[in-house]
Order: sequence, then structure tokens, then C-alpha cells
Amino acid sequence: MNMTDTKTLKYAKSHEWLRLDGNRGTVGITDFAQKEIRDIVYLELPKVGKELTQGGQAGMIESVKAAFEIYAPVSGRVVAVNEKVAQDVTLVHKDPYDQGWLFQIEIKNPAEANNLLTEDQYNKITTNGGH
Amino acid sequence: MLATLFDKTKPGARAIGFPKGKIHPSQKIPSHLLRKTPPGLPEVTELEVVRHFTKLSQLNYSVDTNFYPLGSCTMKYNPKACFRLAFHGAFSERHPLLPAWAIQGTLKALKDFENALLEITGMDALTLAPAAGAHAELAGLLVTRAYFQNRGEIPQRKKIIIPDSAHGTNPASAALAGFEVVTIKSNARGRVNIEELKKHLNETAAMVMITLPNTLGLFEDEISEIARLAHQAGVQMYMDGANMNALMGIAKPGNLGFDVMHLNLHKTFSVPHGGGGPGAGVLLVKRHLDDFLPVPRIIEKNGQLQIEEAHPKSIGRIRSFHGSTANLLWSAAYVALLGKEGVLEASKGAILNANYLRVLLKEAGLTPFSDEPCMHEAVFTIDPKKLNGVRTLDIAKRLLDFKFYAPTIYFPLIVPEAIMVEPTETETPETLEEFASAVKTILQEARTTPETVKTAPHTLPVKRIDDVTAARNPVISWQPSRDQ
Repeated sequence: MNMTDTKTLKYAKSHEWLRLDGNRGTVGITDFAQKEIRDIVYLELPKVGKELTQGGQAGMIESVKAAFEIYAPVSGRVVAVNEKVAQDVTLVHKDPYDQGWLFQIEIKNPAEANNLLTEDQYNKITTNGGH
Repeated sequence: MLATLFDKTKPGARAIGFPKGKIHPSQKIPSHLLRKTPPGLPEVTELEVVRHFTKLSQLNYSVDTNFYPLGSCTMKYNPKACFRLAFHGAFSERHPLLPAWAIQGTLKALKDFENALLEITGMDALTLAPAAGAHAELAGLLVTRAYFQNRGEIPQRKKIIIPDSAHGTNPASAALAGFEVVTIKSNARGRVNIEELKKHLNETAAMVMITLPNTLGLFEDEISEIARLAHQAGVQMYMDGANMNALMGIAKPGNLGFDVMHLNLHKTFSVPHGGGGPGAGVLLVKRHLDDFLPVPRIIEKNGQLQIEEAHPKSIGRIRSFHGSTANLLWSAAYVALLGKEGVLEASKGAILNANYLRVLLKEAGLTPFSDEPCMHEAVFTIDPKKLNGVRTLDIAKRLLDFKFYAPTIYFPLIVPEAIMVEPTETETPETLEEFASAVKTILQEARTTPETVKTAPHTLPVKRIDDVTAARNPVISWQPSRDQ
């Protein structure tokens, strides 16, 4: 099912991934994050048109146990949200990098993506115990 | 599963019969308001109803039946003497609208209780009005907002700084009061990270909210320095006093630098939890915030206790009548019965029991968050990888089979697979030993027969609940079944 080559993605320390496509970015949470959170029951996604700032809160993920914030990996305006995943939150578990994407943003400052991690750098963080 | 009253339905069975009226309801009620199909209510006899609910009540688990180590909740025994006193007719048969002169006894009991709480906390003024701890938090934030408003510092001071080990109600109350929440990470010792805190202490911050002892059961040993830094920046200090059971007679929040605090009467002050409510909280402040407290206040005037209904700078009323009076009287009786030495003994007992249980559970195989002595509660973790994938939730469920209520789990959020136990002062060492022994047995099962733990509970009328499906597809209103 997983079509995305995760090597091509950028990663935030707060466990979001970013797929760059020109000035458009698609955001989701990593496989590591969905496994850690377990049993997602509710997703609060940003509204289309909302201006996000890098590292600022973009939404919320709720599991049976707790709520987790989703942070914007880069600044920009929300141009699309994944309605399917809002309806069926299990998509984040089943397919975190494709069908489980959360929202898309029009990137304000592409240079910000340079602050993000590569897959190798991100994997180093998660193997050292996550957060 | 237990049979429900619906399962017992026999068409035509009735608990009581109504006499046939002269007018059919359809003659009085407009036809569009009349239902077209029967409501699908259970049809059972009165005795079946009585037996059904009596059996349900016998399944009830409470402090009066077994050990209840729910961390952060202070599930102590609720002395029956307090019930007798609080529900004495001299209090319970007084109408809440009676004038002050007719309820001098109630007002005197409440005033004495107020004075006792001021003595225990070292604060200067208080209100007994809030309906719960979180309600007191909200009131405290509104009082703080009014204080800054009065000084012309609103809207500049809009941030409330809260450590990530705080009670979840703190950020919720702050947001509800119109403030922005800034979360700061704890340090490796489970305490407030002062360097991190300093970055946020400026003219945009209104208050630092600290749970003391914190949710890891640890005392913020740098609290005086935190208060000094906050006050230097013009920032107020709030103490979430939910864990006051560790401090009575030992440390006064008023002396530690706090300006505002709340107490939960159902925790430290022995009012039973739940049971249909209402709850009661107390908000206490230092003198500079006194004027902003909610009304009504009990004041002494011309040798009589009076109810002050209005105060120029007050944030106003937050609760009807005099607050949850029965709860307040219960706690008043509790404090009066314990006395000055008694409250100290209660807190010392709570700390001693928590530390005994901390050592017992460590020996049983749980990993304590910290090897320091704890205050009134202790937090543990487990590594599912070393227990055949058995998680904290499974251990909690398995404890039910051993006739123990499960501890608080997955809280505080900063500890993975957290298990939080709070025995309180009212348990015997033998009970704590039995509990630790059950935990030891369960950890052994996790190593040898993990499925027993993963599928627990086995002995309860309701087995493992699928809370994931319940949360994803909640069915929150009863529907008559198809065949009714």
C-alpha cells in the first residue's frame, strides 16, 4: 500500500513528515508517531485558509489515552485537508504516508524546509527513545 | 454481560397501574406532538426492578468495600462521623434562602472552617463558593485577570505558564478564562525547568500554575526560587492544591510564595467522590487579591455573621446560594474532628504509606520514575518489551481480578506506560502488602502466561471493554431494539 519513498520526505522533530511539491507541501504524521500514539480516535485538522507558522499548532490527535498536538513543519496557508482521514482516522494507522496524509499547505518560505530533518536524521531521534 | 431490564421485558408486565382517566391524552395534546410508535420502555414488575438495581448496587466498588489506589485522586476513607454531622437536621433542614440571622449555626460552622483553611494554607482570604476544584481554578484565573485589569496590565499579560507535569484542568481553566497557555517541559528530575521558565517570565505573562507536590509525587524543591523569579517579573503564582494531602501541617503554600490556590474538598478533605455530586472547591488568595474574590462572603458585623452579597471589585457570583453547603460542612466536620495535630498526622501518614508502597512495588518489579522518596503518591513505569508485550492497561485490568481498583494509568503524560498509585493515610500496611503481592503475581504472569493478563479481567461481569471502538463510534443515546 505504501507508495511513498520515505527517503524523499522531510521530517520535524515533533514527528510530522512533509512532502514537497513545488510550493505545495503535504503533511502527515510519521509511522513511528502513529505507532506510539496507538488507537487514534479523533483528529482535529486545520481549516482551509488558516495561516500556520513553522512549529505552531496545526491540529490535534486524540487517542484513547491522551491528546497530542500536530505542529506545522513549515509556515504557510492551508489549502486542503484530507476529508477521508477525518472520516476514518484509522487511515493514519494503515497508511501514514499516503492515504493517511492530514493537510496541504502553500509554503510561504521554502527555505524553512531546510530546518527539517532527513529520514536518517529522524530515525536517529526515534531510535534514541522518541521525544 | 448482566441482563438488562430490557432483556427481562414481558409484554404487559407493569410495576404500577394508573387509574383510567376520563379524558384520553390525545384530546388535550396536539396530534403532531403525540408519538406514533410506543416508546419501547421495559415492561417488568416492581420486584424485578428492585432486584435489578439492588444487584447492580452490590457490584459497586468503593472505598468502603476495597482498596482504591487511584493516583492523584486521594481516595481516602470518608469518615461516617462527618456524614452524621454534615447531614444533621440543624444544617440540612435549613432553606438556602433563609436570612443570615436564621442560619447563624451554619454560618459559624463555615466561618470556623474558613479560618482552619487559612491556617492550614497560610493564605489571607478565601471563597467557599466554587462547585469543584476546576471551578475554583477558573475563579482564581478570573480573579487574577481582574487584578491585572485593575492595574491596567490587561491585555498585555495574557500568558499562563504551566509545566507539562500539571493537572489537565490547569490549561483548560486558563484557556476558558481567556488566557494563552504556554507549556514548559520538566527537567530530568521531574521538576520545573527553571531555565525554560525564565524565557517566559516577562510582561506578557500573567501567572505560573504549579501543582504541588507535582503529578510525579515530587515536591518542587526550587519553589521559592520559582516564586522569586515570577514575582520579580510581576507574574502571579498559582498553586493547584489537589495534592494538599501531602502538605497539611507541614508546609503552607502562603509561605512558599503562592498568591492564589485552590483545594479540592473531595480529595484532601474527605468528601466522598462522585455519588451524584455536586462537588466543592475552595479558592484562596493573598491579601492583594482579596477584593476581587467572588461573592457571597461570610463577614462578621455587630457580633453577628452576615452574608455580604456585593463587593465593588468582586468578579461577582459564580455559584448559586452559599456553594455546595453539605460538602463544605462535611469537610468542616473533618477538619474539626482531626484538629491541628490530626491534619499533620494525616499528611505524614499519607507520605509514609506512599513511600512504603513505593518500595513494595519496586520490589514487586515495577520501575519507579524516581528513586527519591516521594510525597503522597508515586509514579512507576514498565517496559512492555520485557513483559511479552503486556502493557500498563493490561496490568490495570488484571488487578480488577485480584479485587483491587486499578491505579491511575497513562498519567502523568510525560511518563511512558505510567502507573500512578496513591494509597492515602487510611490504609493499613497489610492492605498495601496485599496489593504489592498482587502486582508481583501479575508481573510473573506477564512473563509466563501473558495472555492471562492481556485478556483480563476474567472474573468481572463485564470483560475487557473495547474503548477504542467506543471512542471511534460512540453510541450515546439509547435506542429501542428492533423487536419492540
